[in-house]
Amino acid sequence: MIEGAKWRKWLWFYLPLAMFILGLLFPFYWMVVTTLRPDGELYRPWNHAQYAPFWTSDPTLDHVKNLIQETLFGVWMWNTMLIALVATLISLLCGVIAGYALARLRFRYAGLLGTGIFITYLVPQTLLFIPLAEIIRNYRIGDTPWALILTYPTFLIPFCTWLMMGYFKTIPKELEECARIDGATRWQAMLYIIFPIAVPGILSAGIFAFTLSWNEFIYALVFLSSPEQKTVPVGVVSELIRGDVFYWGPLMAGALLGSIPVAFVYSFFVEHYVAGMTGSVKG
Amino acid sequence: MNASTGVATRGPISRMLEREDALAFWLLVPTLVLLTLFIAYPFVVGVWLSLSNATVGEPGGFVGLKNFAKIWNDSIFRTAALNTFVYTGVTTVFKLALGLWLAVLLNRHFKGKAWIRAFILLPFIIPTVLSTLAWKWMFDPTFSVLNWLFWKLSIINTRIGWLSDPDLAMGCVIAVNVWRGVPFYAISLLAGLQTINPDLHEAAAIDGANRWQRFWHVTWPLLLPVTMVVVLFSVIQTFADFQLVYVLTGGGPANATHLFATYAYQIGIGTGLLSEGAAISLAMFPALLLVVIFQLWYIRRVENR
Repeated sequence: MIEGAKWRKWLWFYLPLAMFILGLLFPFYWMVVTTLRPDGELYRPWNHAQYAPFWTSDPTLDHVKNLIQETLFGVWMWNTMLIALVATLISLLCGVIAGYALARLRFRYAGLLGTGIFITYLVPQTLLFIPLAEIIRNYRIGDTPWALILTYPTFLIPFCTWLMMGYFKTIPKELEECARIDGATRWQAMLYIIFPIAVPGILSAGIFAFTLSWNEFIYALVFLSSPEQKTVPVGVVSELIRGDVFYWGPLMAGALLGSIPVAFVYSFFVEHYVAGMTGSVKG
Repeated sequence: MNASTGVATRGPISRMLEREDALAFWLLVPTLVLLTLFIAYPFVVGVWLSLSNATVGEPGGFVGLKNFAKIWNDSIFRTAALNTFVYTGVTTVFKLALGLWLAVLLNRHFKGKAWIRAFILLPFIIPTVLSTLAWKWMFDPTFSVLNWLFWKLSIINTRIGWLSDPDLAMGCVIAVNVWRGVPFYAISLLAGLQTINPDLHEAAAIDGANRWQRFWHVTWPLLLPVTMVVVLFSVIQTFADFQLVYVLTGGGPANATHLFATYAYQIGIGTGLLSEGAAISLAMFPALLLVVIFQLWYIRRVENR
């Protein structure tokens, strides 16, 4: 900053930034505190004399134990992980080769297909979930992981394709041309020259796709029905809320633990994640 | 490898893949098959369902536009439609304004910037359903930390039922959506800000432009293309939102906070009226189509400039 006194910097910079950080992160802090709070303290009304919102005097892991022993939380974690990983792999495979074709090869209808895939990228899941539920039932894959493994790529592939198209366009064409002059086939040039260079782009697309699958809710809610098939978001919402009764301790424990895999993956690849996110809107 | 041996070892498949259009075809087949099976075909089925009287387990027959006529006269559907537009409009304005502000703050150099940027994205990364549950707990009428906070600040003296009053519930839903969306706007716009050459700012400053003029005449026009894409993308997502409302209010109290998607779920899956549910879902289509067409037009215009 060139101009302005010190207090101005506090007023216009540190204060708003601190407010943003507080506002954006407080719910997560609240999740942690609730998870560790014993029930007696948890259900103390807001105007109770001893209402201590921001800390707990005797932290406990009861809610976590309860969650893991009394519910199928471990199974849901495993289901979500499996579905997210397989769906991401399928989508990456399809998206990388389709992105390469659309970015690099000249063929009839290339522009039309590119636009078509871009449009499917913008189709929200909520537009098609009812007919898809019918189709899933007719294919007899309802209530199995396949229902999600096969449908998640519908929103992941267009995203991966779009992102990879942008990435391939930044790789100089001369690299392939050199390889082809040296005798490589088109296929070899793609597989051994271009794809290795595109690894950062592939990582971005993969990490973003993984978090998207972990976040998906409506397909999982509609296509799965037995408790042991559910994913974390659906399991937590449908099995820990019974009618009007909310088991807030285990619920928050589930929300916290269910977020950890995504947060973990994210923390290792923040830069790739941000590249994927901003790449996906730059077009 | 020299060229002649390369050619000699190629089989018929490699020779076919040397043709650009053949290679492109095979590279696109898996994507096209999956998208046809699970997007194009369901869309056709959805249109058919919306024109039939199918229920769960009953294929049903063609009834024309009867479902659309029925939902048109359904007051809950009208509320849901209005809610969706209000929800999309209000959240977009707030997300853009706050996101831009945060992006400008983050565009400076300060200690720990990388950490703060990483942490700020958490609301966007963490599965929406799980973070919305934390909000639902914060909005709990009896145990609400927000009630405590406002009480301590002497703003209120009785409890507030955040999610039991229709208008307040809509406000809460909007607030949580803004909370979740601001990081996405901020980080995307920050990426846009970082592509702007600082020399331009310096030149404008030397010409005597103040801070606000520099933002309005230098930054904003250069940031507009990124902003447009971010906004249009987020408008589509918000317009078709489901999980946030489903967890926070379930469309209540008294159906006051339904969106297209949550109402379609309640009718189509909850009560099993597939045809009517499909019609409600498809009612989103015209508005979504307009946004997509506008977005395609805008991208093309920017590319051709």
